[in-house]
Amino acid sequence: MRDRSFAPSRILIYLVVTLFAAAYLAPLVVVVLNSVRTNEEIAQGSMIGWPQHMAWRNYLTAWSGFCIAETCAGIRPYMLNSALITIPATIFSTLLGAVAGYAVSLWRFRGDNWIYGIVTLGLFLPQQMRLLPWTIVLRDIGLINTLWGLVLIHTIQGLSFTVLFCRNYYIAIPHELIRTARIDGAGFFRIFWRIILPLSSPILIVTVIWQFTHIWNEFLYGVTFTTGQQQPVTAALIALSAAVADIPQHGVQSAAVIIAALPTLLIYLFGGRYFVRGLTAGAVK
Amino acid sequence: MTDAVSTATRPGWPATSDMVRRLPEYLMIWVPLLLSAAHLISFSIWTIWISFTPSTLVPVTGWVGLRNYNSVLASRNWQIAFDNLLLFGIAFVLLSLITGLVLAILLDQRIRGENVLRTIFLYPLAVSFVVTGTVWSWLLNPGIGIEKLVHDLGWSSFHFDWLVNRDMAIWTIVIAAIWQSSGFAMALFLAGLRSVDTDIIRAAQIDGAGPIRTYWRVILPTLWPITITVVVVQLQFAISAFDLVRALTNGGPGIATQLPALVVYDLMFQRSQLGRGAAAAVLMLLILLAVLLPYAAWRYVQRRQAAHA
Repeated sequence: MRDRSFAPSRILIYLVVTLFAAAYLAPLVVVVLNSVRTNEEIAQGSMIGWPQHMAWRNYLTAWSGFCIAETCAGIRPYMLNSALITIPATIFSTLLGAVAGYAVSLWRFRGDNWIYGIVTLGLFLPQQMRLLPWTIVLRDIGLINTLWGLVLIHTIQGLSFTVLFCRNYYIAIPHELIRTARIDGAGFFRIFWRIILPLSSPILIVTVIWQFTHIWNEFLYGVTFTTGQQQPVTAALIALSAAVADIPQHGVQSAAVIIAALPTLLIYLFGGRYFVRGLTAGAVK
Repeated sequence: MTDAVSTATRPGWPATSDMVRRLPEYLMIWVPLLLSAAHLISFSIWTIWISFTPSTLVPVTGWVGLRNYNSVLASRNWQIAFDNLLLFGIAFVLLSLITGLVLAILLDQRIRGENVLRTIFLYPLAVSFVVTGTVWSWLLNPGIGIEKLVHDLGWSSFHFDWLVNRDMAIWTIVIAAIWQSSGFAMALFLAGLRSVDTDIIRAAQIDGAGPIRTYWRVILPTLWPITITVVVVQLQFAISAFDLVRALTNGGPGIATQLPALVVYDLMFQRSQLGRGAAAAVLMLLILLAVLLPYAAWRYVQRRQAAHA
């Protein structure tokens, strides 16, 4: 290949790829640069520009200063909300999905294919078909406008993905392994703990990353079922844009956007391989 | 359900003591699965039922036949939303397919820094649609974004005001959606390209086919199944798109970028027209089924053929 690496066609390929990469990176670069520019500086020029003096204060204001309606606590309480929704819902849906995936793929029981088929239909049913029923269920059990209400929704709905991921992974485990263990007298949970779980780390990482990213980034349920101080960070970002519509604070808003996007971006940077695997596993349903 | 877990070693009905001992495993298996399945079925039936009732602020019983559907279908809001969905769905899916395929082919040329480039093309998938929409609303805003930058650089007649232009605003959503999710198409296409049998490629080269001809005639035709999967997944996103539009244009200017998911939300939670909102949700489901059912049928045929082969 070496003799061809300076051929015109190779140079063209690198040129085009670099242009694409620049286009994909541009929005991120613009927001990062804006997050350290003052609001006045942006107002005089445009959103696209080099910082003249580093306005690190934007991050402080974004984190704990700016106001949405009467509350001036920055983005911090909403980040905390998102964490308190996302972490439990990710853990619950992953664990329950792993057990159920194990049950339908290796343990087998009457009706397993039916119930598995119905559960995976959840991948396709639009959220809009569930908005009203969830409103009523959450109100009846007293969880409307609470973080636990969203944890419940994301746990139950997440099962469609987690059961699918885990089932497709476990189905490749030889049935002999389970049969032998059962003859030796091992029960459902013991086989799960001793045999299945130790084999599961690749699929559990994929599932956790997938669930975390989705629940953290979710907006529709957050904005529908919570208000004010109970909202997750995605809903708070929209509320912030509305709150500052008259006097935009683009520097502070950019810092808030960076903070809100950071958890999932970091997960992607450090677990990209598993992230992509989840992406393709979800697609080839 | 007593013999739900029947084992090869213990046929028939398990003893009662056995049942009690096994209660935790029954609970762990059945409760999550039943909750999930039950909510899917009952929620769907309930929303469909509400769509046939005269419910407004609160759900009520009663039967109004197709009245809610007729009123949704006759509303300007829905008609604009549906036209937008057609345009957005087709433009977004086609352009992100092309972008994804081009990127995948470029990355497949054994270039340096492939890992870094792949990371760059895929990172938008890790951020939320709210973040994407917000950032693009700044870039495309003529007052502070690209148009302003070009003006400041001295080209004062430059015009790029799609965000606030009724006729072009829907294209801003297409741009942002492509930026966010063409990496997905790239990832699937790249995996497809990498799994093409190298013998076929070598045979084509021995037959004297150049690189372009090899791609066009030999490699790309093997990507059909992946293409269909990508189209279906992207269409599914397009049909239920909400967050991105909410953050980027909020349906505006006016109702120029209305989409079905926004109509549903508006009817249910802003106008308190639960019956009509439910009808609009069911219509969304029907649009989705128009995409998914042929896909399911195609998958079924493919599997049958694979099983017979």
